[in-house]
Formats: sequence, C-alpha cells, structure tokens
Amino acid sequence: MSEHHKENFITKYVFTQDHKMIAKQFLITGMFMAVVGMLMSAIFRVQLANPGESSILYNLLPGAWLNDSGGLNPDKYLALVTMHGTILVFWVLTAGLSGTFANFLIPLQIGARDMASGFLNMLSYWFFFIATVVLLSSLFVETGPASGGWTIYPPLSALPQAIPGSGTGMTLWLISITLFVVGSLLGGLNYIVTILNLRTIGMTMQRLPLTVWALLITAILGVLSFPVLLSCGLLLIFDRSFGTSFYLSDIIIGGEALHNEGGSPILFEHLFWFLGHPEVYIILLPALGIVSEVIAVNSRKPIFGYKAMVGALLLIAFLSFIVWGHHMFMTGMNPFLGSVFTFTTLLIAIPSAVKVFNYLATLWRGNIRFTPAMLFAIGTVSAFITGGLTGIILGDSALDINVHDTYFVVGHFHIVMGLSAIYGMFAGVYHWFPKMYGRMMNKNLGYLHFWGTFICAYGVFFPMHFLGLAGLPRRYYSNSAFPMFDGLSDINELITFFALAGAIFQVFFLFNFFYSIFKGTKATQNPWKSNTLEWTTPVERIHGNWPGELPVVTRWAYDYSKPGADEDFILQTEPLKEGEIEH
Amino acid sequence: MTNILIVVVVILLVATLVQILRVSELLSEIKNKDVNEVTDKDNNTQGILFLIVGFGFLIFVVWQMVTWNHLLLPPASSVHGTQIDFLMKISMGLILVVFFVLSPILFYFLYKYRGKKSNKAYFFSHNNKLEVLWTVIPTIILTALIIFGLKTWDKAMNVELTESTTIIEVYGQQFNWTARYSGLDNNLGKANFKLVKGRNTLGVDMLDANAADDKMAREVHLVIDQPVLLKFRSQDVIHSAFLPHFRVQMNCVPGMTTQFGFTPTKTTAQMKESEGEDFEYILLCNKICGASHYNMQLKFIVETQEEYDLWLASQENLETKLLTQK
Repeated sequence: MSEHHKENFITKYVFTQDHKMIAKQFLITGMFMAVVGMLMSAIFRVQLANPGESSILYNLLPGAWLNDSGGLNPDKYLALVTMHGTILVFWVLTAGLSGTFANFLIPLQIGARDMASGFLNMLSYWFFFIATVVLLSSLFVETGPASGGWTIYPPLSALPQAIPGSGTGMTLWLISITLFVVGSLLGGLNYIVTILNLRTIGMTMQRLPLTVWALLITAILGVLSFPVLLSCGLLLIFDRSFGTSFYLSDIIIGGEALHNEGGSPILFEHLFWFLGHPEVYIILLPALGIVSEVIAVNSRKPIFGYKAMVGALLLIAFLSFIVWGHHMFMTGMNPFLGSVFTFTTLLIAIPSAVKVFNYLATLWRGNIRFTPAMLFAIGTVSAFITGGLTGIILGDSALDINVHDTYFVVGHFHIVMGLSAIYGMFAGVYHWFPKMYGRMMNKNLGYLHFWGTFICAYGVFFPMHFLGLAGLPRRYYSNSAFPMFDGLSDINELITFFALAGAIFQVFFLFNFFYSIFKGTKATQNPWKSNTLEWTTPVERIHGNWPGELPVVTRWAYDYSKPGADEDFILQTEPLKEGEIEH
Repeated sequence: MTNILIVVVVILLVATLVQILRVSELLSEIKNKDVNEVTDKDNNTQGILFLIVGFGFLIFVVWQMVTWNHLLLPPASSVHGTQIDFLMKISMGLILVVFFVLSPILFYFLYKYRGKKSNKAYFFSHNNKLEVLWTVIPTIILTALIIFGLKTWDKAMNVELTESTTIIEVYGQQFNWTARYSGLDNNLGKANFKLVKGRNTLGVDMLDANAADDKMAREVHLVIDQPVLLKFRSQDVIHSAFLPHFRVQMNCVPGMTTQFGFTPTKTTAQMKESEGEDFEYILLCNKICGASHYNMQLKFIVETQEEYDLWLASQENLETKLLTQK
C-alpha cells in the first residue's frame, strides 16, 4: 500500500481521496465561509451602532437589501443574523473544525495510512461543498436568504407570508443543510471506524492523544444527533410544501386562516435542540482536544490527569444529550421538565470545571514556550472559564426567565462556544501548519493576530452581558423603539468598534496563511519537538503517510520532560527503557 | 469609485506586508537564525504580555461593572422577581469569585512559568487526591445552587389561582399585542382562530356566555399587590412576552395557550419617582418574529385599586363592542 500512486491535478487537488488533502479542502472552505460570516457580522454590527444609516460596508450587499436612503432593511438585518449563525455554527465550527482536524489528525496520530474509506471521505467533502454552494446561492434569490434565525423555528420559517426569507431562501437553506448532514454523517462514520479499527500496533485506547479521543467522541455525538436534525428538517419541508401540519396549527397570516390544525411548533423545538445541544459540544470538543495537545507540547509537560480528561469528555458528551430542554425553559413546557433540565444542565459544570483545573495544573511548573498556537490554546482556556461560568446563570431555569434570549445569552455562547472553538481552530492551524504544508507560519504575525483577536473579542462579547442584564433582547434590528434602552447606545458603539477592529486583525492571519503556503520558511520534521506519530512522517506529503512500515507505538503521547530522559520529549515510537514505567 | 479605491488600498497594504516579511526573513537568514523559532526573549515578552493584558482584561471587567451599573434593570417589581433577584445575586457573586480567582491564576502561571531553554518542566502527570478534591468541591457547590434554583423556579412557575387573581389574556400577532380582560366573571370567553373577523380580532366566541363581559385593551392595567395570571396566545408565529421589570417571560405559541402568574409590587408612579419621569413598564417581544420584531410593545401600568377601577369602567365590553355597534 506504500507505493506512490500516480496523481494528476484532478486526483491530487480536486477529487482526492488522501485524508490530508481532504482536510485542507475542509479548512480552506471553512476559512472562506468564516470570512463571509465575519463580514456579515461586521455589517450588522455597523447597523446596530448607527441604526438605519447607510455605510460603506453595505456596498457588499445586494442593492435590494437596502432602503432608499441606503440603510439596511429590517428583514435583511435578520437575514444577515440568520446566515451568520448558520455559517459559523455549521460551516466554520462544525465542518471547518471537525472536518479539517478529524481528517488530518486521525490517521496521522493513530498510525494509519489513510481513513478507513477514502472514497466515503471524498464524498463527505463534496456533499459539504455542494451544500456550501446551495447555501451561498440563497444569498442571491430575490426574496433573500433564510431570515428566521439559525434555529429556524416554525411557523416563522414555514410561512413566506411571515417573512420574505422563508420563501425560496428557506427552501435552499433546508436543501443545503440536508446535504450538509449527509456529508457530516459520511465523515463521522468514517472517523469512528478508522479510530476503532486502524490504530497501529501498540496504539491502545489508553495511549491515544486527547485530540483523537475528542474527535472520536465528537464523531459519535454527530452520528447520533445529526439524523434527528435531518428528520426535523424533513418534517418542516413537508409542512412547507405538502400541506402537512406537524408544526403548524391555528394560524392566521396575511389575513388568511390556514387549514393547519393540531401541529405544534414545540415539537420542532424539541427535535431541533435534540441536535442543537450536542451540536454545541460537536463544536467545542475538537477544540478542547486540540488545546490539550498544544498545551501539553508547549508546556513541555504531560497533560495533567489524562484519564480524568477522557472521563470528562465522555461525561460532557453523555450529558449533552439530556440537557436540550434548557433552550426551551420559556416555551411553556411543563415547569417540572424545566426542573429536570436545570438539574442535568448544571451538572455539566462539574466535568467542565475538572477540565479547567487540569489545564491549569498542566501549566503549573511548566517550561512554557509561547508559539502562536500556544497563545490561542491559552485563549481557549481563558474563554472557557469566562464563558462557561455564565452558563451557570443561564442553565438555572429560574434565572433564565429574565435573561433568556437577551444579549446575555449572545455574550455567553459567543465566548464559551464561539471564541473557545475558534481559538482552538486557530491553535490547530498554527500548530499543524508545518505538517500540512511543509512550511512554517510567520511567528510575529501570529503574535500580532493573537493579541489583536484576544483583546477585540473580549471587547466585543463581554459588554454584551451588560446589555442583556439591562433587558435588551437579541435579534433586534435597532433598540431605538424603546426609551428604556436609550442609555445602551454607547455600549453598542463600543462593541461595534471592537468588532471591526477584530475583523481587521483577521487579515493578518489570512495573509500569513496564504503567504506561508508558498513562501514560508521550510519546516523541519518535528518543529515543536512533539511526541505524537504525525511528526515521524516525512515533511513532504506522501499518500500513505509513512514511506516504509507503519510505526509501532510503545508509550503514551505525553512523555514530556520525563525524568531520566536526555531530551524533554520522547516519541511515542521510542521503546520503554529497561525498568522504565509507563507514566 | 470608492470601491475601486478600497481595492487598490487593500492590494497596496498586502504588497507592503509581503515586502516587510521578506525583509525580516532575509535579515534573519543573514544572521543565520530561524525567524520562526520561539526564543527565550519571545517567551519573556509573551509571558509579560499575558500578565499585563490579562490583568488589563480583569480591570476592564471591573470598569464595566462600575460604569454600566446604572444601566441595568432596577430591582424587580414583583414578588417572585425579588426571589429571582436574590438567587441572581448569589449566583453572580459566586461566578464572579471563581472568575476573579481562576483568571489571575491562569495569567500568573503563564508569566511565572514562561519558558527558558535551560529550564526543564516538572513531570507531573496526575494526582488522585487533587483530582478528587476539585471534582467534589464543584459538585457540592452546584448541588446547593441547583436546590436553591429549583425552589425559586418552582415558586415562580406554579402559581395558585386565588379569588383575587385577575385573569388577562395577552394576544400576540405580527407586530402588535392586544390584551383581553376577563371581566366581572373573571373568566375569559373561549376563542378560536377561525372566528377572527372584522372587529373580533381575537376570535372570541361570542356564543360563550363568559365572553360577553370581556374587554379588549391596547394597554394593560394592573393593581398593586394583586396577583394576576397572564394567558398568552399567538395568531401567527411564535412571539415571546417579556416583561423585564417583573422578571416575567413566556413564549406565545400558535395553537396553544401558555401562562405566567405574578404579583406586581410597585406602581408605575412609584417607579417614576425612583427611575425617572419617562419610566414605563413595558412588554417586549423576545422571540424573533419578523421584520418589525424590534418594535412590538405593550404598555403595562401598575396603579392603585381606585385608579384601576376607574380605568376598567371606561373600557367597553366585548358584547357592546362587537354585537351592538354593527
């Protein structure tokens, strides 16, 4: 299997079955979507700072989205919010993050030549790609893209009379997400099978790097929850197109009474959040896996409490399936159910706290090397602390009454899920760039990128908690309609300032990334002095990963600064010395 | 024209960056150094930066808490709201303590253990005692919080109907609210969306005897210290009735009725005294519902029994309104 296949341009770069190339396809597509999603947020932040006024940024939008005086139309503000959420949650932080690092790291870190099925893996990307094209095309339909929020609650999402975006735009959204789910299921099954079956000799489950553990658990979450989203979406398609009443009942819209009776939008919410909450961890866990690896490598210390870290991942994953109702405290579901969901939700704080303490213990008495990847990994830990804590407020149904759907929620999830995950993704890119492209990313630009992002991101999301505590609901086109919010415009302007500044700092990353692919300094085989198997492969990409025999693993991934060793790292392939105990 | 200018500026900026990078890389090549290697000096700088920026962030948080405190909602104007506020204070205090302990530890460790080529890290892979300790402590604290939270939740949500409870319907539609008082019998007449027609905008079934004395209103008046049960319906999409000052929120879902009961404790006049002349209790929509979601309001007025009686008497019965005025 180690022979080099003949590759032409198409099989190498387009319809490739090499997991490393597929990972790069996911990464580049994810980055492109991240730029689109970020520009959308820049635009609606400008609207929030200067409601109704025109802006130079609006030149990026189709003319029909603007009113006569050049301001943004309210329903198109909602379209931007909806698409921003959809893109960031699914395209960037699910496919962009898991797709990239599961594909790239799983075979390399477990010592496999490729994924179990290269063909399914290729299909997985191309389903994702078509989903991307369909989603982007919805931006250009006459009535605009889906505008009912990324959670697409019916009846709003089911009735074009309720908001124009629920016409063709919503149809395209549903088609796109269906394709997306198919792609992510193909990928997820592949990841699970690969990890369970293709580990090299000696790579027991207890020796797996935490990245692989996190990716395995993420894939299991995805395989169990995405089909529910699919069925949830299918029923919505039926309601929209075939006159069924799964979610619709007793509705008068546009002066006309609809025939639908007996359906319940609450059913939709249950189905949606049965995916939706595990989805949060589908986003977060890969980032935590990456961060565990990057922090251990750059502290030059073993990750503290490896078994507890795996246990915490498993517990978080399990709990994530029984907490979905905390998104629905205010829907009018039985208050007793609310109690149950409060209980399970607050339990998640326990494994989360364990993870934070273990990260801190890993840094303690380390010999910390601040690579750009390390900076971002630390950013994840900081965001996880800051954002995780406010979850204790939101998960408590009694407190949720007054902060539900306010900016407090927006601040919370952008920090704990958005920032933690995107920092984890940046950490991964900086860390494994040398393995991906055989070159180094520029260190100083990385530093600049980190500090700009870190400062601006807290400047954007921390003040949002105060907006929420002042009672400001999310998804408001403008808060000028209520005199009680008049005092908040300064905060809104501050947030917008940081948002735009933060966006500019991403240019340094994009520039660094593309510049380094072609012109970066050449990487050595193991530039970070890591233990894991991917750094035993040659710098030049080859199909099959290792030129000769597959490596044999004899120890866990975290023998950093082990007493008695000459260097402060020991490759996983290095046999145990006589009398040496495995960690 | 501006667009072209912007594109030109961006291209020039990128070109400049390329040149700067090339120069720095050439320079380090001359000095025979790897430009991307993390040196002791880098570790030093970044460690100090974490200390400065990290603590700067904490100061920024404190600054926000001080500067924006006056913008936050005033203390609750309802019985259960006061309990929620108390729970909020406890929970907020707790998470702030944890935040102001853990974040400094993180930033200090980064500074303290910034790497040096000559140093070696301490091999420390696990410690069962420590791990049990920091699993058990959060568990105990969270158990207490959960119990406290569930009690508050239970009290807020399970209101008992008493003789004096006024029942009022709040009906949401794109993009306004209508209230319906249940009248002297304190019973709302049945309603059905198929009956919405002309002036009967709520679809009230006028054949139901309870409906005759119902009253429709465009603002909601409440009596201080008298319990009220709000019943919510929606005509089209999901709305959410949010009364931040009373700590009340409930979704309005087409096809079903939801409810929230509470007892207001401060009149609008009292609030105007403490919060300023332009204070009003307001109900906002808090579930995305369409283009004008951001402007869907219903005024609430809390007043004394006498004021309330006067106002209510001036409101027309549904029977008069719908049947006789034809």
